[in-house]
Amino acid sequence: MTEHYLELQDIDQARSMGLRPPEWERLLAVLGRRPNLTELGMFAVMWSEHCSYKHSKTALRQFPTGGPQVLQGPGENAGVVDIGDGQAVVFKIESHNHPSAIEPYQGAATGVGGIVRDVFTMGARPIALLNSLRFGDLSSPKQRYLFAGVVAGIAGYGNCLGIPTVGGEVYFNDSYTNNCLVNAMCVGLIDHHLLTRGRAQGTGSRLILIGARTGRDGIHGATFASEALGEHSVARRPAVQVGDPFMEKLLLEACLELIEAKVILGMQDLGAAGLTSASSEMAARAGSGVELDVALVPRREKNMNPYEIMLSESQERMLLAVEPEQVPLVLATCAKWGLTGTDIGQVTASGMVKVLFNGIVVAEVPARPLASEGPVYHPLATEPPWQALVTALNLAAIPVPEDLTAVLGRLLASPNIASKEWVYRQYDHSVRGDTVTLPGSDAAVLRIKGTKKGLALSVDCNSRYTYLDPYRGGAIAVAEAARNVACSGAKPLAITNCLNFGSPERPEIYYQLTRAIAGMAAACEALGTPVTGGNVSLYNETAGQAVFPTPTVGMVGVLADVERRVTTAFKQEGDIVCLLGSTFEELGGSEYLKVVHNLERGLPPALDLAAERRLQSLLVALAEGALLASAHDCAEGGLAVAVAESAIQGGLGARIDLSPLASMRKDALLFGESQSRVVVSLAPTHFSAVEILAGAMGVPFVCLGRVEGDVVCLGRGQEAIIRADVASLAELWRGAIACHMSP
Amino acid sequence: MRFGVVVFPGSNCDADCHHAVGTVFAQEAEYVWHEEKDLSRFDCIILPGGFSYGDYLRAGALARFSPVMGAVVEEAGRGKLVLGICNGWQILLEAGLLPGAMLKNNHLQFRCETRHVRLENSNTPFTCTGHEGQVLSLPIAHAEGNYYIDQVGLKDLEAQRQIVFRYVDSRGRVSKEANPNGSLGGIAGIINKAGNVLGMMPHPERATEEILGGTDGRLIFSSILQWWGGQ
Repeated sequence: MTEHYLELQDIDQARSMGLRPPEWERLLAVLGRRPNLTELGMFAVMWSEHCSYKHSKTALRQFPTGGPQVLQGPGENAGVVDIGDGQAVVFKIESHNHPSAIEPYQGAATGVGGIVRDVFTMGARPIALLNSLRFGDLSSPKQRYLFAGVVAGIAGYGNCLGIPTVGGEVYFNDSYTNNCLVNAMCVGLIDHHLLTRGRAQGTGSRLILIGARTGRDGIHGATFASEALGEHSVARRPAVQVGDPFMEKLLLEACLELIEAKVILGMQDLGAAGLTSASSEMAARAGSGVELDVALVPRREKNMNPYEIMLSESQERMLLAVEPEQVPLVLATCAKWGLTGTDIGQVTASGMVKVLFNGIVVAEVPARPLASEGPVYHPLATEPPWQALVTALNLAAIPVPEDLTAVLGRLLASPNIASKEWVYRQYDHSVRGDTVTLPGSDAAVLRIKGTKKGLALSVDCNSRYTYLDPYRGGAIAVAEAARNVACSGAKPLAITNCLNFGSPERPEIYYQLTRAIAGMAAACEALGTPVTGGNVSLYNETAGQAVFPTPTVGMVGVLADVERRVTTAFKQEGDIVCLLGSTFEELGGSEYLKVVHNLERGLPPALDLAAERRLQSLLVALAEGALLASAHDCAEGGLAVAVAESAIQGGLGARIDLSPLASMRKDALLFGESQSRVVVSLAPTHFSAVEILAGAMGVPFVCLGRVEGDVVCLGRGQEAIIRADVASLAELWRGAIACHMSP
Repeated sequence: MRFGVVVFPGSNCDADCHHAVGTVFAQEAEYVWHEEKDLSRFDCIILPGGFSYGDYLRAGALARFSPVMGAVVEEAGRGKLVLGICNGWQILLEAGLLPGAMLKNNHLQFRCETRHVRLENSNTPFTCTGHEGQVLSLPIAHAEGNYYIDQVGLKDLEAQRQIVFRYVDSRGRVSKEANPNGSLGGIAGIINKAGNVLGMMPHPERATEEILGGTDGRLIFSSILQWWGGQ
């Protein structure tokens, strides 16, 4: 009797695993025969959107990926950029949207686990985590459940690992009601000579599987992540993995110890598609083959067949390629850390992934077609008819509110603007003793012990802008992430990104995707921050309702002297408050229009990339000259919110006169979100130096007032427009999210 | 002075403690793997924070069975200094070197922030450079810091002046708002009767350098060095 995992499959089986008829035909052509169940399963997961990027590959080619600082671009487990002194930063962002929507705690926790493994797979010590989270309206109990569960899951996993979660962003919008987004970013530090890659090198090298035992969890997780959510998605809960951060901590320490010992030829974590992707990608990258006997894989469930073992997405596992004589050392290191390490096979020159079960061949497929030569689609991109409608905005029909102080209060209490302290106080953000700018500023800053350098990190995306204009929104996501990093005084180096969109098979979604990528690419090009990798998460939609297009950008920057870092908070009474950049009458896509007028319309603010670049260069120069006391990007809520946030964080008031700015509607002046603007404060003795430098570097510079007292006053000449004491603004801003979460 | 920093599987503040004593205070510092059985070469043993054994079962419950704990008990008995920080304190409670038990924070969440603690007893090797009533600003980062002891035990702690730190507000007053985890009487750290084993929830090692936003944690390490110098 033939075991069922050896039975040859047909097109109906293929379809049930998510493969389409043309993909089935392609598979037949690759193999020259019909696949058995194990082989079909392997192709189904590797050719899923999640693993193969089949709908986004073409569009992704628009990204600039090169630059003198790039040591490793896209295609590896994570990107790598040089930061001098023989050191490099390894970083990547990844989504765990689908699992988190079904089981928020474990979905988010395993998202952290996966991205951390991607970083230490490269040989780097993970030093920081960030995240970007999006949910529906917090007035809904379901949304609060998801939000609380995701935050607890990230905390539960990251805190246990001892990697500080230093920054992030949280947005609430109805478009995320049925599809929350959970993007996790990890940043690691490495000496160049220890860089390791996911390659199965050297014929005869042994393949050692280390870490957790393999169970039936997460089988077809990658396939699940490649379809839209529906009412039956809850039944997919078995496709969500369960995390064990303690196991990950042991795995991390054991792997880094082996990296230090320089015995690893190649290493790859078992993430989406488990052993199938790890083995085939390692072979494909090295141009080699692999031969495994999966009966040797330690299992935690009985009677698992090779199909299940190859597809399991059990967490906290790693596959290593090592020279045969190093196997005892690897196993001894595993034993020291209490880990199971098992020699499950070897590297071959065959170009094939050959899977055995107790010595009997159960699958034999070519590595490259499986791992990197999957189907590629060129979907139709069509601008949807509603796009032009939503950008239309008749400002004349929108009244300017009487009480603009009250409007400022409402904006500060909007969960999108309010302090995220409720979130980040649940994350250990100070472990490792390197976090020198804590969460709450524009970018988190870490020192690098033993050097003068600092790293600035930020994640950003205003998806309302991308919804209204995908190109401009994509460009702004990159520009703002870079601006945040520059506000801290760091030079932006490179990005990773996570593209969260709906189904690419719908022309309007593919339009959003390609346009957003084009906008991001233009900004990356202009700002000198290439893309070093990332992740694409498609099918974020339910019943045809997609999320706002959300291309999250994770930015890394470097400070030559970490002592020169700049933060958001006003520091000193008497300091002069100035605005860098130009203010236009732009209210389209603003948080103000949404909160006060319940409108999500209009064109997002214009972005002049050359002006943006000049602004960022100036910020870095000002920080290097120690000329700034504070710097804060004008983002959601515009100039008034930026001033209020600097005041709240510094516990100091400010008197601001807006008359030097162009004449326009008061709401646009205060709450408009014109790009490339930064509110800075500086000691009076530095004023002329800053003015001269701004002039020389071509950045508009106006003096608006002073840091003083404990009241925030914004006016125009003699006319007072906003007047509120810092303490009451602080209460609104700090308490808003906690208030929603403990009603 | 020679410091041993114990590394359990899952410790994650070991490097921070090593950095504080070894680099910031320039003392001899050595990592000690949890399987070691002889700690006689050290003057002070630090049990660092983290999630030893994943904190599975109960924080510190499994670490107390590590081989190294026998040696810790032995050295404590000889009067060597033992400092348990966060998870280290939880382990000292589980090992019976300190009385009482740790519950989950009363709000059931992890909490990472800077808090004020008041120094209750400056007559210890860990606090001798401070003065009673002094308010320190120290980072906390834990999910299980809700200290509990029965009434008899509490009276005993108070009678023997074993309570070393309490959570307070910036003006030094104990209050519900100033207490980040619900611990009994705002207790943030206690010492054994012999006065050589201290357990505390806040992380002094994260507050030893200006660049990290505060240096109040230096008091603990300076005191240890001063006390030891006087021996």
